[in-house]
Amino acid sequence: MSRIQGGLINRDKPLNFTFNGKSFRGFEGDTLASALWANDVQLIGRSFKYHRPRGIYSAGSEEPNALVELRSGARQEPNTRATVVELFEGLSAKSQNHVGSLDHDVLALNDLFSPFLSAGFYYKTFMWPRAFWEKVYEPAIRRAAGLGSLSMEADPDAYDRGYLHPDLLVIGAGAAGLMAALMAARAGAEVVVADDDSRMGGRLLAEGGLIDDAPAVDWVETVLAELGSLPNVRMMPRTTVFGAYDHGIFGAVERVADHLATPEDRVRQTLWRITAKASILATGATERHIPFADNDRPGILLSGAVRAYANRWAVVPHRRNDAPIAIFTNNDDGHRTAQSLLQKDVPLLGVVDARSDAESHGDYKTFSGATVTGTRGRKGIRAVQIAHNGQRNWLPCGGLAVSGGWNPNVHLASHHRGRPRWDEAKLAFVPDENAPKGMFIAGAARGQGSTKEALADGQRIAMTVLDQLGFGPVNVPLPVAEDEAGDIAPIWHVPSSKRAWVDFQNDVTVKDIKLAHQENMRPVEHLKRWTTLGMATDQGKTSNVTALAVMAELTGQTLPETGTTIFRPPYTPVSMGVLGGGDTGAHFRPRRLTPSDTWAKTQGAVFVEAGQWMRAQYFPRSGETHWRQTVDREALAVRSGVGICDVTTLGKIDVQGADAGEFLNRVYANMMGTLKVGMVRYGLMLREDGHLYDDGTCARLAEQHYVVTTTTANAGIVYQRMEFARQCLWPELDVTLISTTDAWAQIAVAGPKSRALLERLVDDADISNEAFPFMACQEVTVCNGLRARLFRISFSGELAYELAVPARYGNALMERLMEQGQDLGVTPYGTETLGVLRIEKGHATGNELTGQTTAAMLGLGKMVSVKKDSIGAVMSRREGLAADKRRLVGFEPIDAADPITAGAHLIKPGEAMDLAHDQGWITSAAYSPHVGSAIGIGYLEEGDQRMGEELIAANPLEGQNIPVRVVSAHFIDPKGERLR
Amino acid sequence: MRFSGFRVIKEALTGHKGWGKLWRNCTPQPAYDFIIVGGGGHGLATAYYLAKVFRKSRIAVLEKSWLGSGNIGRNTTIVRSNYLLPGNQPFYEFSMKLWENMEQDLNFNAMMSQRSIINLFHSDGQRDAYRRRGNAMHLSGAGGTLLSADELREIAPFLNFDNARFPIKGGLRQERAGTARHDGVAWGYARAADQLGVDLIQNCEVTGFRREAGKVVGVETSRGFIGAKKVGVAVAGSSSRVMAAAEMRLPMESHVLQAFVTEGLKPTLPGVITFGAGHFYVSQSDKGGLVFGGDIDGYNTYAQRGNLPVVEDVIEGGMALMPMLGRARLLRSWGGVMDMSMDGSPIIDKTGIEGLYFNGGWCYGGFKATPASGYVFAHLLATDTPHEVASAFRFDRFARGYVIDEKGVGAQPNLH
Amino acid sequence: MLIPHPLLGPRDAQEFTYLGDASLLNRPDPDAPNALEAFCDYVFLRDNPAGVHCELWFHEQGDRSWLVVTRNTLTHEILDVELATDVARRGT
Repeated sequence: MSRIQGGLINRDKPLNFTFNGKSFRGFEGDTLASALWANDVQLIGRSFKYHRPRGIYSAGSEEPNALVELRSGARQEPNTRATVVELFEGLSAKSQNHVGSLDHDVLALNDLFSPFLSAGFYYKTFMWPRAFWEKVYEPAIRRAAGLGSLSMEADPDAYDRGYLHPDLLVIGAGAAGLMAALMAARAGAEVVVADDDSRMGGRLLAEGGLIDDAPAVDWVETVLAELGSLPNVRMMPRTTVFGAYDHGIFGAVERVADHLATPEDRVRQTLWRITAKASILATGATERHIPFADNDRPGILLSGAVRAYANRWAVVPHRRNDAPIAIFTNNDDGHRTAQSLLQKDVPLLGVVDARSDAESHGDYKTFSGATVTGTRGRKGIRAVQIAHNGQRNWLPCGGLAVSGGWNPNVHLASHHRGRPRWDEAKLAFVPDENAPKGMFIAGAARGQGSTKEALADGQRIAMTVLDQLGFGPVNVPLPVAEDEAGDIAPIWHVPSSKRAWVDFQNDVTVKDIKLAHQENMRPVEHLKRWTTLGMATDQGKTSNVTALAVMAELTGQTLPETGTTIFRPPYTPVSMGVLGGGDTGAHFRPRRLTPSDTWAKTQGAVFVEAGQWMRAQYFPRSGETHWRQTVDREALAVRSGVGICDVTTLGKIDVQGADAGEFLNRVYANMMGTLKVGMVRYGLMLREDGHLYDDGTCARLAEQHYVVTTTTANAGIVYQRMEFARQCLWPELDVTLISTTDAWAQIAVAGPKSRALLERLVDDADISNEAFPFMACQEVTVCNGLRARLFRISFSGELAYELAVPARYGNALMERLMEQGQDLGVTPYGTETLGVLRIEKGHATGNELTGQTTAAMLGLGKMVSVKKDSIGAVMSRREGLAADKRRLVGFEPIDAADPITAGAHLIKPGEAMDLAHDQGWITSAAYSPHVGSAIGIGYLEEGDQRMGEELIAANPLEGQNIPVRVVSAHFIDPKGERLR
Repeated sequence: MRFSGFRVIKEALTGHKGWGKLWRNCTPQPAYDFIIVGGGGHGLATAYYLAKVFRKSRIAVLEKSWLGSGNIGRNTTIVRSNYLLPGNQPFYEFSMKLWENMEQDLNFNAMMSQRSIINLFHSDGQRDAYRRRGNAMHLSGAGGTLLSADELREIAPFLNFDNARFPIKGGLRQERAGTARHDGVAWGYARAADQLGVDLIQNCEVTGFRREAGKVVGVETSRGFIGAKKVGVAVAGSSSRVMAAAEMRLPMESHVLQAFVTEGLKPTLPGVITFGAGHFYVSQSDKGGLVFGGDIDGYNTYAQRGNLPVVEDVIEGGMALMPMLGRARLLRSWGGVMDMSMDGSPIIDKTGIEGLYFNGGWCYGGFKATPASGYVFAHLLATDTPHEVASAFRFDRFARGYVIDEKGVGAQPNLH
Repeated sequence: MLIPHPLLGPRDAQEFTYLGDASLLNRPDPDAPNALEAFCDYVFLRDNPAGVHCELWFHEQGDRSWLVVTRNTLTHEILDVELATDVARRGT
């Protein structure tokens, strides 16, 4: 074990876990990475392309190497970074991306063939023979590519959404973030503090330094205790702010239960949308490495990560206690690591410092002006080659820490595409003035990286923000802390004839960058795309800047001339489950229920989705074995007796005002202002481009009161467009609108016996044919005083009515209709029969109103009034619309036993089945019990002139060609006698 | 230099010293016969076909940034020819045939993979509409199959068949559809055009069109004036801005479409799948990432970034359709600016100004059109007549009433 | 995005649906001799600026008012919001 004393783990709480089936033990407070290391497990995974053996490289979310499949079964999480997984009892993980065992990965052969797998090689080959790409090459590539696997089972866990609206969002709870949060909290601001770690404190937990002469961790605990006690502060550990969106809106994910074996009664994660008046970005910095030959072996890791493992998790990264640790650096950070390790009595080989003037910061050897030029040890570093004073020597070592400087975590500051600025002194990209409005950056995230600097910066930035938010000054004394040295030299890689990795996971080496340069893929985006640099799950956090520097060296340009990188959400990968917000499966969309839903269920209705509505589709009776039987019965019952159907889903818009008639004249293509009180008119609505988009009825209940109905699908958009006309086009008209779709239950009562049935419910009104003719409407009362609206309109072509009552009475009304109509044989019918009846009558619905049609195509061209202006009238006269001669007609099969299929195209017999001979298509089809065969309606070129012609209803998609005859679209009662 | 497996082996054995530049770095000549504004997929393809098929020379492509930096560099890589309307379908089928031969034509592996697309439907009305579409595809030779729900269960058992708000009733599959490596397409055309002598000029932004006697004689650029006999503009996402320099107002708005990719995964999806009850379409790249997208954000923007509600909406749709995606992680998202036209279809036409030609308005479906768009635009530039499969893509179709409105939603770009 | 509704204060943009350029307020005179041409421009052509843009948003999941929002299409910064009715009445 390389577990040492100290650390922030709870040794009283051991935890058992398995990795690749082997059992291990760690402690509460461990990550999977620290626990594996404490158990001397150094080989964790394989790289993407060459399947190189890899170990842990970092101590955070930037981890490129140590990816595992966490958990098993339906909860299996591929590509999980061991460095951010909190250990829990029973945790199981396995390595991924290998064939055979992790130790003996067959695909490690790729490494031997690496010269053939150079950057972009696949663009140059696999082209012959042509058919081999899909059949041979690609399947092989796909099997080898990818990383971890999904279980392919449905995610069993629940997710949630939450919304917060603080004054200030502090992102990152390290020295700068905590200092700023404390100031804001004491000033009385509503503060949210989000940190992606399970334990707040940031690098203070990893460095082991002093604040106010006490361990920094004590200061962290004191501040956290105060913040946690304040009602105006919400502390959100395990919460990653992943994206900065417009106007102060942030996306964040809280990992509510990922540290538990199962979430039990909790959600796994919560998606927070945080709308903040201001934000402070205190996300710290990520260490970068220095590429050198064979720099990817297990046991080589970032210098700051070594300190984190030692100080926070009490682990030192070497397998053999006798082998010393080497440190390679171009800056002072390497020496901090040396000091940290010395304090813990870890044997040190020394610090290999590329700076020629480097000196030791303590009692260890420093190789100044030296570089690491090679390593040995396939599954764990065993030796390091150091070039020093013109000599290269192999020295045994058990671990190698590397520091190439620190990259500020400016990601969120760049999410609005503001590019960071290159700071030549700090050798880092720092945020420029172009951060999202309201965002302030503090601490190491803007290059203020020492503890002293970070605390002071947090304080200073907080004062600025609080002032802008209108909070008074608050005095929080600045704690005393160390100002660690940060000198750095621009040494970006160690030249070598061997491979030196820049991007570990995707196996992009310095050679690949050189090849990209040679092949003229020099703009940074070409470099990235050609080599796949920065495209791995670590999003280039440890590699991008280094790669830019290497390319800059090759082109002779400065680093900022070579390019910057753009950061896009998410900051770190976010689970799809939580981004879906939990509203999935049956809860994907709300379910709108009709007023008679309960009644329909008791009738045994089968339901169907109609947009968000659930509508009764048909009402099977015992003995009926096929839905067609049911629908035939229902349809015949309507034609011969009386049927009832809930049609509430049709949109209803109440239109009132002195100018209501004039207003409707302008939104309907046909005249509505002349409609008499107590009458209903069928109307067409056009878009301003002249195309038909909706139809429905318009009833005039009173001089200044109309009720408009729309199709179910267009209820929303018709209302929206009518409001547009009212508010934006003709604000001078005295008219008001309100959508009443949900306020009224509307029931169709259809069939020759419908009047007889309604007379039993209507209280006083005379609804005889004379007093209440076809297309009449009036306000009545039913069932002893219930206010209602009665419309004599028909979708089925029969004598029919629609009766509307306040929605809460809809269910009772259905029951009453059934009860009162028993002796009349009243039959409930659903959308399926509704469809059959309207096709028999040749009425259009969504299948015909495609938004691509004209009024003329429905045979209703004359309804577009030329006596008045209305929306779409002018444009409907354009040449192309006028020239469109397709017309809605009916179709019957020549052989009555043949089906008719909606979606079939119409071709003249004997003509080629191609687009040039396409004459139209069948829009809707059904079996008509009235006709006794299948029927269809559809659009046909000059269809109104072609009655009786024989055509082929061509459905090559399903291998079906049906001879059909063109007939009138009115299969029933073409003169409309039944209606009257 | 020809690319081949043999060449890759030879170079590997000799230290990769022989690989030359994929294309030259050109400085602008004083004048060209043809200038293509825009070094994205469509512009590069146009230049290639002008040189290759129409045997033209003295051609330059001017790109304000790096080659392939437009929407060819940020899309969901779907290639299909499953359109409905006669103005569209023959064009996309023509494009599909060019895709099928692209690697051999360009000597560059753009990884066109005919893994099929399945458009799911969830209602009888949707099925009817897809049947109409599928038959239009058959009439144009594009093929296709109508799948039942049971057949889908065989192909994609991971779809949500049992707990869906909108049950899956079937799907329309086009077997020849699939995906391609989007950057590879740009590079393949760039390299092939360069080899035919086309000057590819990066970091050269066109700021104006110089006209004499009503005719275009060249372009003003960030690198000075460059003369041209004919100028073709193919600048998806910037069309309105560029054409404003010629005092043209276009029938389009600029909108952002976000796209997404997950971390790499072992083979998960069989091809492209689109959800019929929400905004979600997805495929898997050769590297293993699930590449997906949904609807545009819906407001005018040139910002190349979107907002959170659409991210949630798209992934909510994804989770509703494929609940096994829950444990995968979103790795990257990005936003591309789309020229959303007034009928959802593109324009490839002469302008009112002699010598100035326009190609744009691809909404968020331009990637699949890349080869055909280049081919027919080259045809127009070379012959001054529209190619027969693109004869409907005219400016005057709006005024004359011959719009090509696949969705039937009218002149509101954010609904297309 | 947040849209500062003139009556209701800041509201999440998700409550709104978007229509497009506020020039849609200026419906041409249908009786003018060039009405067809004017309507074609009105319905189909847009300035589509990269910068300040006046545009129509409908508070569909709110008070159902149409708003004219002045917003920068490069930065998404909102500069002004008015009720569309007020703008329409003013006739500009």
